[in-house]
Amino acid sequence: MIQALRKDARLRRWTLLAPAMLFIGFFMLAPIGLMAYVSVLERGEFGGVEWGVFSIDAYWSFFFERELDGSVAVNTDYLQIFLRSFWLSLVTTLLALLAGFPTALYMALQPERYRNVLVFLVTIPFWTNLLVRNYAWILLLRNNGLIDASLNKLGITSEPINVLYTPFATGIGLTYSFLPFMVLPIYASLEKLDFRLVEAAFDLGADRLRALFRIIVPLSAPGIIAGCILVFVPCLGAYVTPELLGGSKSMMIGNLIQAQFGASRNWPFGAALAFTLLAIVLLAMMVYAMRFRGQAPGETRQ
Amino acid sequence: MSGHRGNPLWRFRGVAPSAGLFFAYLYLPTAVLIALSFNENRIATIWTGFSPHWYGVVLSNDDILRAARNSLVIAIAASLAGTTLATFAALATNSERFRGQSLVNGLLALPLLVPEIVTAVATLLFFVLIGLKLGIMTVIIAHTVFCIPFAYLPIRARLQGMDPALGHAAADLYANEWQAFTRVTLPLLWPGILSGGVLAFIISLDDFVITYFVAGAGATTLPVYIFGMIRIGVTPEVNAVSALMLMVSIVMVSISWLIGRARR
Amino acid sequence: MKRLRWITVAVTAVMMWFGSAAHAKELFLYNWSNYLPPELIKKFESETGIKVTLDVYDSNETMLAKLQAGATGYDLVVPSGYMVRNMIKQGLAEKVDVYRLPNFKNVMKPHDAPPFDPKSEYSAPYMWGTTGITYDSAKVPGEKLEDSWKEFFEPRAELVGKIVALNDQVEMWNAATYYLGLDKCTESPADGQKILDLLEAQKSKLAMYSSSGTIDRMVAGEVVMHHQWNGASHRVREKLPTARYLYPKEGIGLWGDHFLVPKGAKNIDSAKAFMNFMMDPKNVAEASNFTGYMNAIQGSGDFLKDSLKADPAVNMPEEYASRLSPSKDCSKASRELRDKVWTKLKK
Repeated sequence: MIQALRKDARLRRWTLLAPAMLFIGFFMLAPIGLMAYVSVLERGEFGGVEWGVFSIDAYWSFFFERELDGSVAVNTDYLQIFLRSFWLSLVTTLLALLAGFPTALYMALQPERYRNVLVFLVTIPFWTNLLVRNYAWILLLRNNGLIDASLNKLGITSEPINVLYTPFATGIGLTYSFLPFMVLPIYASLEKLDFRLVEAAFDLGADRLRALFRIIVPLSAPGIIAGCILVFVPCLGAYVTPELLGGSKSMMIGNLIQAQFGASRNWPFGAALAFTLLAIVLLAMMVYAMRFRGQAPGETRQ
Repeated sequence: MSGHRGNPLWRFRGVAPSAGLFFAYLYLPTAVLIALSFNENRIATIWTGFSPHWYGVVLSNDDILRAARNSLVIAIAASLAGTTLATFAALATNSERFRGQSLVNGLLALPLLVPEIVTAVATLLFFVLIGLKLGIMTVIIAHTVFCIPFAYLPIRARLQGMDPALGHAAADLYANEWQAFTRVTLPLLWPGILSGGVLAFIISLDDFVITYFVAGAGATTLPVYIFGMIRIGVTPEVNAVSALMLMVSIVMVSISWLIGRARR
Repeated sequence: MKRLRWITVAVTAVMMWFGSAAHAKELFLYNWSNYLPPELIKKFESETGIKVTLDVYDSNETMLAKLQAGATGYDLVVPSGYMVRNMIKQGLAEKVDVYRLPNFKNVMKPHDAPPFDPKSEYSAPYMWGTTGITYDSAKVPGEKLEDSWKEFFEPRAELVGKIVALNDQVEMWNAATYYLGLDKCTESPADGQKILDLLEAQKSKLAMYSSSGTIDRMVAGEVVMHHQWNGASHRVREKLPTARYLYPKEGIGLWGDHFLVPKGAKNIDSAKAFMNFMMDPKNVAEASNFTGYMNAIQGSGDFLKDSLKADPAVNMPEEYASRLSPSKDCSKASRELRDKVWTKLKK
């Protein structure tokens, strides 16, 4: 057996992959398949589902609705919610990138004995609970909160800052929540960068911007892409931070789906929403894959 | 080479200050919550005096301590399992293109793409269907599933662009000696594995929705406990237990750093 | 052969040890957060020798979703009235004949024969309360507001931006139906449109929708008016003496929480012992003092703390009894309409 493993690269590959694949296959794919089944069922009278009774209602109601006079019209409510969430996730990812890249660079430049410590330092604040962190932000961002009071005392502002319960506050909170997920993959990628290449660029007369965009960024691209995926996708489903910091006047995809398994008790619709979201994201990933011609996420042309 | 003060990257003068600002942004809420854990008043927004008595309340509250303990156990188990599986997977997908690659990547990323509430209910339905008894184990299994992609992506990013010559050398050595593999590829991969493992740890520690649905009776974790309090609001008791978790993490980091130094 | 015998003996001994450990009396309680005083649980444990493990949830629906998906392991849950009916109809409740328990005689009328469980075969009453409005009288012109939902849905100019509504589909819908004089389980799209119009007009005048941290928000003076449960209102008043609770004349939601044994529970006897324990006036009074809500047990009045008895939010004046509107579990179509209106409100 070991002999076979040594000789055959393909066998080796699939043996290494097997545990992860089997685990996810069994504990993720099977449940998701169950959910796909749920999404085409009739919703139960008391909540849950009527097992065995089929209905396309869930998917239909995403795009259409019955008006008051009984006619069928296109329903844009859910599309608006989806768009808003996508936009928010995009902004969050960009902000996290802007904040995270310089920091990852800084970490990669440190002497080796400090680097591991810095990795932990980046994540220690996240050992606390999400709810607790959000409450801390509420205290910081409130009118008469810590930031407002300090700015007032320093004479920088005279009016209340009115930040909390706006989309701006949601952005601050969400970016904060996802910072390590952007910094660490970029750091992992940057850390092995051979800085002699950069030195060579400077020697050849390149200025800093050029060196940055022509050498450092492309070589750390796998990390950047990994970070963006790890921020953008989970951000789509976020619901706690928008609810607490944004004042709950508008819904995100996360709130919408959550409600289907909560107060609305409409499981098929919740499942249908999730699969629609999944389809959109997979489509985007396929487009990306086609553009880079079959390369896996995190890869770049070398 | 890197880290040397003569390193040309120090010409990017914005790097250090922006890193400084970053860490300030990062630790601001943490500082607030630690300060609040000493607030005498139950209401977080009104400071009436310094008092450590909330820590006493936490330490005598069995439910909250049980929840914190469960959280740590689950997070350690799930992140270890997830990171190990992810490392194998990353190594496997690193070499030349192979058939079924996009499918593999899709499957590995799947836990990220599905909203948590859906995964939660689906997993519970599935566990009930196969007759698996709910408990701490079911939580660990569910957590491992989503830890895998969080560990996989940084490790994979690390592998990409690693000097191919080293890769080939390792492969040759691999063909002869398993030990050589662990001494060449693995140490090179280490920053990626550490990043991935730590990310997996915090994502598991923070998870609420999935844990809520698949935990057995008595297997409550800290996030589930705290979220249950959402209607009442966050009490200084909760801040105290969070501060305690922070202390645990700092202790663990210090120990690992000391071990690292001793080895050198 | 001899070795095999020893192994068998050893294994049996170990199994017996584990078996007997499992039979030690336990109770797995699944309750709302902060809804039972820890001292009361300890009292139960020392009186009966039953070890209690407490897990928490934050809403009826999430508890229901978990049980509907098939989770087991809990011996006692605490659903609200409309959820009790729902669970009984779905076969998720265990018939334990609560009316046979010794302390059942203490239950006040009409709580001993609730519409969803007329013979008290499944549930025992715990706390009941109302959902109204809390406001700070010191910050309001004339120090008093009219007791009508109008102050909430069409607020005075001074209060705009200083009002918080509960981020709860059901509560907001119900409040709107009371104000508009509609049936809260209406299935008519025309009614739905009226409710949507009312809520949309209100939205810009609100500071936010939130169901969390309501007490702190009022006490800290962040807002002047808060859509709130009466027990929370009482806790606000303890720290902010000028807080008042409003019983709107158009109708105010009445809800009650009950103990229920889920189907398939393992420790039914322990569950019944706990239900019995909680129908004792002294014990339930301790719970009331802790949560700030009223209970349904005769004789508990003697043990309630004075601040509770003196607060009209908790100790409801008789003349308001006609305004109470019990919660109802509405039909699928009604729930769909409600969900649609809520989504349109928040889109």
